[in-house]
Amino acid sequence: MSRSSYLFTGIFGSFALSCFALVLVPQMQIGGLTEHENADEGTRYPVVNTRQGREIYIREGCYYCHTQQIRDEQNGADIARGWGTRRTVARDYIFDDPPLLGSMRLGPDLANVGSKDWRNEEKDEQRKPAKRDRAWHLLHLYNPRVLIPNSPMPPYRYLFDEVKAGTAAKANVLPVIAKKKGHEVVPTAEAEQLVAYLLSLDRTEPLPEAGGTKPAASASAPAAAPAAPAKK
Amino acid sequence: MSAATAEPPKTAPAAPAATDDSWSVERAHIDASARGPVLVFFFTALAWLLVSTFFGFVGSYKLQNPGFLADWPIYTYGRVVPAFHACFTYGWCSLAGMGVAIWLMARLCRTPIKFPGALIFGALFWNFGLALGVSGILLGQNTGLEHMALPRPAAWMMFIGYFFVGVTGAVLYKMRKSSVVFISVWYLLGAFFWFPWLFFTAHVLLGVPQLQGVMQNVVAAWFANGLNNYWFTPIGLAAAYYLIPKVINRPIHSYNLASIGFWSWAIFGGLTAMTKLSGGPVPAWLVSLSIAANIMLIIPLVTVGKNLFKTMEGNTHMIYYSPTVRFTFLGAIIFCIATALSLFTALRGPDSVTHFTLFGTATNEMLLYSFYSMVMFGAIYYITPRLVGCEWLSASLIRVHFLCAAYGGGLAVVVMLFSGIAAGMRALDPTAQASQLIYNTFAYLPGRTLALVLVTLGHTAFGLHFLLMLLRIGQPAGQATLFAPLGQEEDHH
Repeated sequence: MSRSSYLFTGIFGSFALSCFALVLVPQMQIGGLTEHENADEGTRYPVVNTRQGREIYIREGCYYCHTQQIRDEQNGADIARGWGTRRTVARDYIFDDPPLLGSMRLGPDLANVGSKDWRNEEKDEQRKPAKRDRAWHLLHLYNPRVLIPNSPMPPYRYLFDEVKAGTAAKANVLPVIAKKKGHEVVPTAEAEQLVAYLLSLDRTEPLPEAGGTKPAASASAPAAAPAAPAKK
Repeated sequence: MSAATAEPPKTAPAAPAATDDSWSVERAHIDASARGPVLVFFFTALAWLLVSTFFGFVGSYKLQNPGFLADWPIYTYGRVVPAFHACFTYGWCSLAGMGVAIWLMARLCRTPIKFPGALIFGALFWNFGLALGVSGILLGQNTGLEHMALPRPAAWMMFIGYFFVGVTGAVLYKMRKSSVVFISVWYLLGAFFWFPWLFFTAHVLLGVPQLQGVMQNVVAAWFANGLNNYWFTPIGLAAAYYLIPKVINRPIHSYNLASIGFWSWAIFGGLTAMTKLSGGPVPAWLVSLSIAANIMLIIPLVTVGKNLFKTMEGNTHMIYYSPTVRFTFLGAIIFCIATALSLFTALRGPDSVTHFTLFGTATNEMLLYSFYSMVMFGAIYYITPRLVGCEWLSASLIRVHFLCAAYGGGLAVVVMLFSGIAAGMRALDPTAQASQLIYNTFAYLPGRTLALVLVTLGHTAFGLHFLLMLLRIGQPAGQATLFAPLGQEEDHH
């Protein structure tokens, strides 16, 4: 073997090691997960999310400011804040292609934004609605600063239309003033789809490997203390 | 065969074995063969640098004033930011790096480029693919996978373009006439092979067969880390190891340190990726492995740092005269700081504060801009006169570029580091509302926008200067354009 071959072998070897340890081994461990079956309730989790709003979430790059992952108590205050009931694990994402984990939080985490107990402010905060429903999300998309002063989120006015007053169904009209006189602001199909996707996000289903604190009803949830960091 | 691993790398850039005269003829021949392709790489790299600066500015300003350009879908924050990343990393960083790497390889192997046309073809293909990719992102065609957001067809087109560059690099090495292999060649050879393996593997894995769920994020994190550690950093260090000894005219301090630095980087640098996912939905051992690898980076950090500093020792006054040394040596210092910083924040304690904040963006920009780009600037200031046959017109323009790039880049990084810490500390308090976390982050943003104005100014000066060089408007060849006339060295000793 020539001395150049040593150099080349070293270059190849270091790459192979990196690929083996960081890609191949994890693939063997978490590359073929299946749904969790809840025998008591006869349900399976997770389910495929085919909502078209997901494509819009991707198209607009929402994942550059919003994560969809909950870290355990050892890593920050996600659960204490009310963004989730348990940490998220690989199984939560088996049907996501690709998972929109995100790496930056310039806005709140959205892993469970459609769940019953999701909250983004203190529990006793009276001014905010207990649940952020369709109407809240539509208005927030149209102009975030109406609802959250100083929000850095861009307004997505281009996902809305302006129609002649009185022509749209009452439930669709946003409580804002249209730019054109005698017009009203209504969501486009895309805005509706995006909101439907957001409201579908719910990763609170207890999983054996993640603990979780979903109360009583799910008897199959393991008794693991929720505060314990999930270890593999 | 020549010395590679068994014998330590040579400490001085390929010294001519023949007489000075025949070497200068040979050198002129090599430079003539490299002129076309390398200038195409530099020119297009600079164009992308200016485009990316624009997107960077828009992105930064939009965070302060979200209403800015809000009715244009293509300028929405979530499209501008990935467009900025693509233009900066694949446009500026990669194209400048390929130009520098090819020229260095030809010079160090003392071999002219046989088919410069193939390189130009490759450069055009890469540019074309990237232009398609960036347009795709702006039109909403991103893949949804962070770090690999370019539409896949565009990425493959760039890969075809790279093929011509990689093959040329390998052929130059194979045909080398020098009997010794200088340390820069190790790094260049590494980069020429690591990049295509990494790019190919990651894109094939994400193509067919489709990877399940989180494994896609694992591959993307591995790819993003590989771009930094197996592509940009090796090219940056190769250029630093060449330029600093060359301009101050003395050999590298220690070849043993150079060798240790290279191999420890090759092994541990490839394993650090998964701290990007710490706390995330991946096996805990994976993150722990990457934390350990990050700690081991202290070896290349100390060896490379010590080697470059010891080489400069006694010649630090050259920072005062030589633009190339000023840019390159600052880059070398920042390399050490950036590596130390990412090592520190890989640890679980600091990471639980800085994760998900601008802190990570800051360390990445520090590596890619304040280290890598500064070295590339230095290299372009060194190489271009040898290709066009005249020297840079104005030392003042270079000075403006340096001040804007160094202070602008530094300000942007420092502002983001602090905003990251502020937001991260606040996020540890569960009663803090999301809007408060955001408020903490954004109090710092005017500083970042100011920094981007400075950087824009510097890049404009650099672009203008480079255009003048292409038009052969400059000082007569032979005497490098310096910040101050040499000869007052005694005053500075």
